[in-house]
Amino acid sequence: MFDPSLLPDGGLTWLDASGDLSDIVLSTRIRLARNIEGYAFAGRAREGERLRIWAQVRDAIPLVPALSGGVMLRVDELAGDDRELLHERHLISRELAGLERSAGVRAGAAVCLGDGVGVMINEEDHLRLQAVRSGFALDPAMSAIGRLDDELGRRVPYSFHREFGYLTACPTNTGTGMRASVLIHLPGLVLTKEISKVLAGLQQMGLTYRGLYGEGSEVLGSFFQISNQTTLGRSEEELIDHLAKVVRHVIQREQEARRVLWRDAGYIIEDKLFRAYGTLRYARSLPFEEAMNLLSGVRLAVGMQRVTGLSVYTLNKLLIFSQPAHLAWREGHELTEAEADIARARFVRQALADEVGPAL
Amino acid sequence: MLCDDCRERDATVTLTHALKGEVSVTHLCQRCAAERGLETTAGTPFKNMIADYLPAVQQQAAIAQAEALQCAFCSMTLKDFRESGRLGCARCYTTFEQSLRALLRRVHGNARHVGRAYESPPPDLLLESTALGELRARLSRAVAQEEFEVAARIRDQIRDLE
Repeated sequence: MFDPSLLPDGGLTWLDASGDLSDIVLSTRIRLARNIEGYAFAGRAREGERLRIWAQVRDAIPLVPALSGGVMLRVDELAGDDRELLHERHLISRELAGLERSAGVRAGAAVCLGDGVGVMINEEDHLRLQAVRSGFALDPAMSAIGRLDDELGRRVPYSFHREFGYLTACPTNTGTGMRASVLIHLPGLVLTKEISKVLAGLQQMGLTYRGLYGEGSEVLGSFFQISNQTTLGRSEEELIDHLAKVVRHVIQREQEARRVLWRDAGYIIEDKLFRAYGTLRYARSLPFEEAMNLLSGVRLAVGMQRVTGLSVYTLNKLLIFSQPAHLAWREGHELTEAEADIARARFVRQALADEVGPAL
Repeated sequence: MLCDDCRERDATVTLTHALKGEVSVTHLCQRCAAERGLETTAGTPFKNMIADYLPAVQQQAAIAQAEALQCAFCSMTLKDFRESGRLGCARCYTTFEQSLRALLRRVHGNARHVGRAYESPPPDLLLESTALGELRARLSRAVAQEEFEVAARIRDQIRDLE
């Protein structure tokens, strides 16, 4: 089995809760879609073409300082659970991992993972560059990905059109090819039922939202990914500024909702959150969705300083490590759903005990 | 088609007659139609009809032509694109430029890129990475054939390049 601890930083720096407002914003992520001149796009390319694309990028990467120390993984040569593990860690997309029901993993699918940056190869586009940062950090993520883009673009020729900008397989990415997104926790707005108004507002402002795992994923545990909807006609800086402005506003609304909740329904909320905490500390079997929702509650309790001694970092880690492929990896073998629920409960109990002391 | 009445002149009027559930169609020339006491709008309006009709035909033809357009690089057609929602290659953007411009405007509210501009890298930079690829291939061949001295030399060259 592939060992994710061999990755630079385990691919987990974005979890360390060191960034701005990290109790509300888990992470900031920017990706750029790029294609290389001379080949059909990955969905239409023949297998041989995709392998040539992979080889061309592999040969260029040592000349790209932004990826120095990076690890190259042939995703198409990994077993299914390893691909799932990388996906659960938000290091590769569902499509690259070959987890879509309609299609398996593509020959030539690969990823190069550096420190806080990475490049997916043979995704929907030949290249998907990404940068991830902890907390609310659009500018640092932008400068990291800008540097990677400059350096890689000097070594492989990108497809670029004077009028349309960077050319991508899907016209919804044409232009800047950029999707900047912020993974944000909005339990206050969900509990006060203000969330639908906020989400409708996002769409009017040219933004969109998704669940924890991006496109097509459902919203779990009040975690939302807010990102720009359009990619053409505005510069990268304008798109980022606009997103930052709106996200700041959403954060204010969330903080306001939390104040109102506490003022008007303090004991009800406190009871709800402590029940969640109690369940996580004592449960012997935890289904995935329930765990996500309980962790969401405890995260709110920590953010509102009702639960002390528990760090946001630990909660972030629990979010990632209590997923099915991560549990199977820790246990060292495949798990049935029932086994996974038991392993999850055990893992969560242990992690909480390690941090705040043993449960009574 | 000849006029059903005189069988001499071209029929320009179509008379559809429904009686007790039976439908009969008669084609008449303008004069015979007038003789039957039918008011027709043919004549000058006929010209208008053509004027209206022709652009519609041309538009249809243009659509049919656009549908049949095929990318010379990846042989994608507009129909393929409609079905999959994905373009086949960078050349598709030139092949389907007009349809795409309209689509991009609908999706993004704008069809002109104003962000980062890109200049293709000078060939010598590209050559460097190609050279690296070739050296790697030669290195693995040398190792496979157990020519370790050669392999060591190639490894040094790779290090220099990196």
